[in-house]
Amino acid sequence: MDKEDLIDEIRTRFGADVESYAETFGDQTLAVRREGLRALMSALRAAPYDYAVLLDLTCVDYAAVESRFEMVYHLYSLSGNRRLRIKVSLPAENPVVDSLTGLWKNADWLEREAFDMFGVGFIGHPDLRRILMYEGFEGHPLRKSYPWRKEQPLVPMKD
Amino acid sequence: MASRLEKNARPDSMLLNMGPSHPAMHGTFRIMLELEGERILNAEVEIGFLHRGFEKTCENRTYFNLLPYTDRLNYVSPQINNLGYAMAMEKMLGLTVPERAQQIRVLMCELSRLSDHLTCLGAMAMENGAFSVFLYMMKAREFLWDVIEFTTGSRMTTSYIRIGGVRADLGAGWRGSVKTAILETRRVLKDVRGLLDANRIFLNRTRDVGTMSPEDALSYGWTGPCLRSTGVNYDVRKAQPYLLYDRLDFEVPLGERGDNYDRYSVRMREMEQSLRLIEQVAALIPDAAPRLEADGIEPAEAVRRGRTRRPAQRIRLSPNLEGSEKDVYPRILTADAPVVVPPKEDTYTTMEGLISHFLFFMNGTGIRPPKGDVYFSVEGGNGEVGFYIVSDGTDRPYRLHLRAPCFHILAAFETLIKGRFVADIVPTFGSMNMIGGELDR
Repeated sequence: MDKEDLIDEIRTRFGADVESYAETFGDQTLAVRREGLRALMSALRAAPYDYAVLLDLTCVDYAAVESRFEMVYHLYSLSGNRRLRIKVSLPAENPVVDSLTGLWKNADWLEREAFDMFGVGFIGHPDLRRILMYEGFEGHPLRKSYPWRKEQPLVPMKD
Repeated sequence: MASRLEKNARPDSMLLNMGPSHPAMHGTFRIMLELEGERILNAEVEIGFLHRGFEKTCENRTYFNLLPYTDRLNYVSPQINNLGYAMAMEKMLGLTVPERAQQIRVLMCELSRLSDHLTCLGAMAMENGAFSVFLYMMKAREFLWDVIEFTTGSRMTTSYIRIGGVRADLGAGWRGSVKTAILETRRVLKDVRGLLDANRIFLNRTRDVGTMSPEDALSYGWTGPCLRSTGVNYDVRKAQPYLLYDRLDFEVPLGERGDNYDRYSVRMREMEQSLRLIEQVAALIPDAAPRLEADGIEPAEAVRRGRTRRPAQRIRLSPNLEGSEKDVYPRILTADAPVVVPPKEDTYTTMEGLISHFLFFMNGTGIRPPKGDVYFSVEGGNGEVGFYIVSDGTDRPYRLHLRAPCFHILAAFETLIKGRFVADIVPTFGSMNMIGGELDR
């Protein structure tokens, strides 16, 4: 299947959930509604789309806009040798999204990282806690509201 | 606060802490183990001990200035990280890189890949008791780093591959040092094969230990040698070719069982392919234009004459040295302005040169890619090294995210050691090649 045909098919099949399609610097990007993410991802993972690898999962904090956080997923299809970027906007007051831990195993750590760095919640994640920062760290360092070089309070020593 | 493992532990089991600083582990990485005798019932991995805030720092640095931070991700193969970042930027800026720079990049990347694999396997073998293998491999690595050092001036954190090309042309006599490095590495690989391939102790500790199925490997997002050891044929150099890889002849070695031995074996065979690539690309690189050292006056003489007025003659200097690189630039750096540091001759001698130098480095006027986001990945020593960069049109990235191959590989570590013995942790961990710099960022 051709790359463009594939995108067209996804858009017709998930018309209500796909907000827009864009191509930036040759990368294909689908913007998806938050509610439809899990269903769409689980369909994309299976044939005929076959995006079997979750290459990357991260978040971007657009502090100035109302839909502040944007989750960015990079998928890769081994059989078709193509990549796809999925974006989901999350509102500032309630930044939660469905967890993909049931679909991909590396989503566990990746979502923990997004939670650690941005404070984004993941519904259905089995063990959502910090991964790179330590217990007792205050705030979420990659948020734009977190000052660079901010000092943290001392935490008691672990036994 | 007790961790998940401690809370769910059986009352009759023993909890054992391993790391973050442990003599049998190269890297700061903590494992909590729940043991029944020697058998591991459950394991919980803790990472982040080497977290330096790489991504946050990058948001506060200009596109040019953040390059040295990428060296320190996978510090054994810094050039591949440089390349991933530089090529992501080139994709965003739409730059074309001169042919010679691309050839040098391939050469440097394959040297880095070799040193990465040598370090990983050397450490893995040492942890399994084969100390001579470690020493042999470190010896080979020194020969490879000789080539890198002659060209870049440093051994590890080189910052050599720049946006738009490479920093300097190959050093004088590079062909000879590449030849020696290839010869010595081949010799070491042969010795190591003789020592390990059929070694009973090594086989017992690696064969069918830490086995991964191809389905699970894909589900964990594994890439690189670890994924290929399970038999999945995915190499970014073949799948999404960049630089000259589509024109060079090399194979992608695959494993069958996905165990520790296969990960060792895939890396060994990959090194042979890297050596082949280096030979091919070295044959492609033409000798540089007649070098400039031969003509011109001695630097000391130039200084003496320069006391009264600027000498008209050329000064005899290495063409890679700051202040005499203008003739080298067109061969190794893109001509598209303004992504390249203006040559120092102009900066030091002309008003326009000085202005363009200031404009390049001053706040807000350096490299400014168009708005948008880009993802670009290269094949690193551990797998797919991807850079996701969001630009808002200013001279600093709005967001820069690294897809670290290590992160995905280590996420599977708990499941790999579950049900095995404590002694299996060390070879399994060694074969995965955990690099704290890119894992914790």
